[in-house]
Amino acid sequence: MGAREEILGRIRRAVQDAPEVEIVRGYRTSVPVEDVVGRFAERVGDYRAIVHVLPSAEVPGKVAELAAGRRMVVPGGLEWSGAVAEAVPGETVEELDAADGVITGCAVAIAETGTIVLDSGPGQGGRAQTLVPDYHLCVVRAGQIVASVPEAVARLDPARPLTWISGPSATSDIELNRVEGVHGPRTLEVIISI
Amino acid sequence: MSGTFLGMPGNFPKNAAEAVQDSQLRYNLRKATHTIRGKRAAVVGELPDWQELRTAGQTIKDHTLRHLDRYLVQLEEAVTRNGGRVHWARDAAEANRIVADLIKQTGETEVVKVKSMATQEIGLNEALAKEGIAAYETDLAELIVQLGDDFPSHILVPAIHRNRAEIREIFLGKMGDAPADLTDEPRALAEAARLHLRERFLKSKVAVSGANFMIAETGTLVVLESEGNGRMCLTLPETLISVVGIEKLLPSWRDLEVFLQLLPRSSTGERMNPYTSTWTGAVEGQSFHLVLLDNGRTGVLADEVGRQALRCIRCSACLNVCPVYERAGGHAYGSVYPGPIGAILTPQLRGMSSELDASLPYASSLCGACFEACPVAIDIPEVLVDLRAKAPHGRAERAGMKAAGWVLNDEVRLARAQRLATRLRRLVPKRLPGPLSAWTDTRDLPEIPKESFRDWWERDGGA
Repeated sequence: MGAREEILGRIRRAVQDAPEVEIVRGYRTSVPVEDVVGRFAERVGDYRAIVHVLPSAEVPGKVAELAAGRRMVVPGGLEWSGAVAEAVPGETVEELDAADGVITGCAVAIAETGTIVLDSGPGQGGRAQTLVPDYHLCVVRAGQIVASVPEAVARLDPARPLTWISGPSATSDIELNRVEGVHGPRTLEVIISI
Repeated sequence: MSGTFLGMPGNFPKNAAEAVQDSQLRYNLRKATHTIRGKRAAVVGELPDWQELRTAGQTIKDHTLRHLDRYLVQLEEAVTRNGGRVHWARDAAEANRIVADLIKQTGETEVVKVKSMATQEIGLNEALAKEGIAAYETDLAELIVQLGDDFPSHILVPAIHRNRAEIREIFLGKMGDAPADLTDEPRALAEAARLHLRERFLKSKVAVSGANFMIAETGTLVVLESEGNGRMCLTLPETLISVVGIEKLLPSWRDLEVFLQLLPRSSTGERMNPYTSTWTGAVEGQSFHLVLLDNGRTGVLADEVGRQALRCIRCSACLNVCPVYERAGGHAYGSVYPGPIGAILTPQLRGMSSELDASLPYASSLCGACFEACPVAIDIPEVLVDLRAKAPHGRAERAGMKAAGWVLNDEVRLARAQRLATRLRRLVPKRLPGPLSAWTDTRDLPEIPKESFRDWWERDGGA
């Protein structure tokens, strides 16, 4: 008998007299937050990301300002690509390692946890593009911000590779002292476009 | 489970007695556990529906285990449909063989690893080394443990037994490319690790990972992390091999809404961990292999009381609140899984034929703090007591318990015994002789009153 059949057989025998279990969902599936933008900005800031809240008309100007002097990877389909002065290719690992930063949009953002989720869709790039460069500038449109985790999960497509980002990378492995910036971008800067 | 910890001798009481003498370890552990307890309490306190989330987590896991065969088949179909390959491993040896063969097929002799307790459990690194394959840990703590030729002592922060000065020594001695003027500032140490590993990440062709969750409905795997080494290993290499215990399954995508709240808040005491990656099958041109691991889990599943241990999402909240773990540290448990969860999982996975494993259900004061902290409501004390009953007991103890049972089970005998005790109370020894002395050495006899309650009630009648 192959391993698969043996394991499945063991499972069936193990649970044959076990009681049925009904899933109980008493938790909140949506959270009433009056100011999702404010809550999101605050919570992302808690992770030591740099946050700007701007009217949409001012966003290209801000992007230009922050991208100045940086060789930025600009994924296809990005709304604000025109504002980036020096765009560099980011297809190979070498190219990504040579770049100074990357700019992306996002798929959804979560106010309660200060999380940005990328799904490799238009304007977000492949997974490596937001991983290898040291600086990640992310533009989040206010309409993309939901209040809670359940609401975000409902909006996301599991068939796409997802990257949930909550601040720059960090470790607490050394005496439980939190240190920002291990692997992954050490600086995360967020523009919330309202 | 493999013999990664065969070097651990004796039993828990002996190991713990030694460990509590190590004041550096005591200091590290106390600081670490107290810090994290506070953080966890704060973020859990923020959620008014925390208990409902726990109940959902518990019932989702129990439901999944009840139908584990169905969900595993569904998972296999979904992963395969999306270009991944699924392999089944009955035990550690089989899993190691599968992984080694997959790596050999790529022609590579070096792999990078994301932290995975399942791969530690099966002793993968050692097995690969025997096949001439070097497995490099990329988690900062696992790196510290690997370079220091040491054993992990905690599920989440495996190098918690090391302070910054010790870590600096290890890096200077074993890293090879650590700067000569390396200080012991955590920031500097993290930077040294970053540079040391970055080169390896950008060049690696094969990665081995575990997973926190697998979604049966969609074939999606989920990995939560903080440092970014996970993303490096999952994203950059051409071939990804994930070794995952069969109990890490969830039925549907929706269920993540529960666990992505329970896990970060319970483990690192954050609202959300820095990076979570999810992927389905073969992504962005990568080759993906999933190795499903049994290695004793089906045995645990068969136990009516013990199977709740399979709900575990490896958050380590139980370790952080345990007064015993705080003082003894992880190594005393002699297992990949230390602390309260280790005390119930290890004896079930490995059996209790060794002195060490038979002592693990007793590595507890049954205070229940772990049960309260557990995000999936595993009643650890209940399982501990059940395991104590199942553990091997010496003849003297069994005889003593049988005699005690004979008295306690009968009202008349009990009343007589109590009356006798009150009469002879000045003669009852604090310490029993011979083989029974060990029993009384760790237990205090309560003060025996002049009159038993029954006798008082009969005499006085509660008037």
